[in-house]
Amino acid sequence: MALLAALGRFVLDICGFAGRLALFALAGLSHLFRPPFYGRMFARALVEIGYFSLPVVALTAVFTGMVLALQSYTGFARFSAEGAIANLIVLSVTRELGPVLAGLMVAGRVGAAMAAEIGTMRVTDQIDALATLSTNPMKYLVAPRLLAAAIALPLLVLIADIIGVLGGFIIATAKLGFNPHTYLANTISFLQTMDVVSGLAKAAVFGFLVALMGCFHGYNSRGGAEGVGTATTSAVVSASVLILAFDYVLTEMFFAR
Amino acid sequence: MSGVVPMIRLRGLTKAFGDKQVLAGIDLDIAAGTSLVVIGGSGSGKSVLIKCILGLITPDAGVVEIDGVAMHTLSGRAREKARARVGMLFQNAALFDSLPVWENVAFGLLARHQVTRRQARAAAIEVLAQVGLGADIAGLYPAELSGGMQKRVGLARAIAARPDILFFDEPTTGLDPIMGAVIDGLIVDCVKRLGSTAIAITHDMASARRIGDRAAMLYGGQIVWQGAATDLMASGNPLVDQFTHGRREGPIQMETRR
Ligand SMILES: Nc1ncnc2c1ncn2[C@@H]1O[C@H](COP(=O)(O)OP(=O)(O)OP(=O)(O)O)[C@@H](O)[C@H]1O
Ligand SMILES: [Mg+2]
Repeated sequence: MALLAALGRFVLDICGFAGRLALFALAGLSHLFRPPFYGRMFARALVEIGYFSLPVVALTAVFTGMVLALQSYTGFARFSAEGAIANLIVLSVTRELGPVLAGLMVAGRVGAAMAAEIGTMRVTDQIDALATLSTNPMKYLVAPRLLAAAIALPLLVLIADIIGVLGGFIIATAKLGFNPHTYLANTISFLQTMDVVSGLAKAAVFGFLVALMGCFHGYNSRGGAEGVGTATTSAVVSASVLILAFDYVLTEMFFAR
Repeated sequence: MSGVVPMIRLRGLTKAFGDKQVLAGIDLDIAAGTSLVVIGGSGSGKSVLIKCILGLITPDAGVVEIDGVAMHTLSGRAREKARARVGMLFQNAALFDSLPVWENVAFGLLARHQVTRRQARAAAIEVLAQVGLGADIAGLYPAELSGGMQKRVGLARAIAARPDILFFDEPTTGLDPIMGAVIDGLIVDCVKRLGSTAIAITHDMASARRIGDRAAMLYGGQIVWQGAATDLMASGNPLVDQFTHGRREGPIQMETRR
């Protein structure tokens, strides 16, 4: 009986959490369509998320492309299918690894920072202060971040795609002895618009999720510095899990037949 | 006060956090253009009371009327508008630490799009001067200020838009006695000059008598005494007497003794 009760409570907790999260997301989104708009906050968030995440995302991408080249070579050489390496790299980077790895990196960097900043504002009454100064905190703090993240991440992923393919290209030509022209030709000839577009669409969703989790956990944080710490951890963990879960869902939507 | 609608009217205001009953039925009237000082022990719910009036905390039951309008009947937009009439100094100042001092002070003005940024900065420097701060700190960030300076910036932010209603949560705590008296004077000045209605929370009895027209004591979730602020030291109420004279013995049992 006790086990059942505990299970029931757990399910109720999950449902309650999902409900509150959905309401929060809707409230945040609805403010994107009602003035006033805080362009300054949006620009700040865009620079913070897009520009300052560039180095870490670029590094992740280049190493991923390099490793991919090495690993697939050892695998494909057994079947004498080395020619497929260029194709494999460009597909895995644009469809999967670009958006997912960039999403995870941005979750760690930006999601955590958002949760910490908004959480600190919550526990030091700054969010209440906004409300007393003719400013809706959801509109001022949350909406610009959601929009900025959903725009910045696709841009980051576009760059990550190029750098990732470049990483594979470098290893393939410099170490594995591929002909650069053939390799590039293989890369491009197999690539379809849908591969890139689906990856960018995923990135927009992931960016939104990262900002949503950062804002949600920060906004609802309680109890001083410890509460902010908990919020930060929750934001990163939940954003990471959601990214992987939504990656499956979106892949199913785009490519299942 | 009969016949005149009070600026702030509370009836049966109740709020609990978990099992802890913080406010247990608060009734209070504050006439327009007057100031009320709220005293009470640490943790007695003074800050919660003010936040309930502002709607930052939703009360469990009871009515908050501002200028005759019950706040809980208003839609979100209308409530925002009503809240724009209120200026609030938070207990810990609650300055926006990502913005420089002048933008903190001018935040309300900028939010209402009444002024350009240049005008806002000039206005901020003017208000800063009123609270005894020079133009040289306008460009600093809140983390670079002392606690007392932060409090004064918070005060400047609260009064910058000349609101009708002012809430001060411990305005002089953390200030030296002279600056405390200056801030008290400033609060009185705002209330008189702007004709604002004010609620101030304070632990300082000298300050309470300087700021308040009336005073009320919060204890056990209720207003146990209210009267003229000048009567604070001789109220005849044993709870108020013990509190204002700072006696250890008396009807108020501090929680530390358990
Ligand atoms: N958000 C909250 N969640 C849970 N409990 C709270 C919350 N805010 C206040 N309380 C509780 O309500 C009680 C009253 O708090 P409040 O901050 O109003 O005290 P106060 O009278 O302002 O004290 P002080 O003079 O020390 O500022 C405290 O016991 C506090 O623990
Ligand atoms: Mg307090």
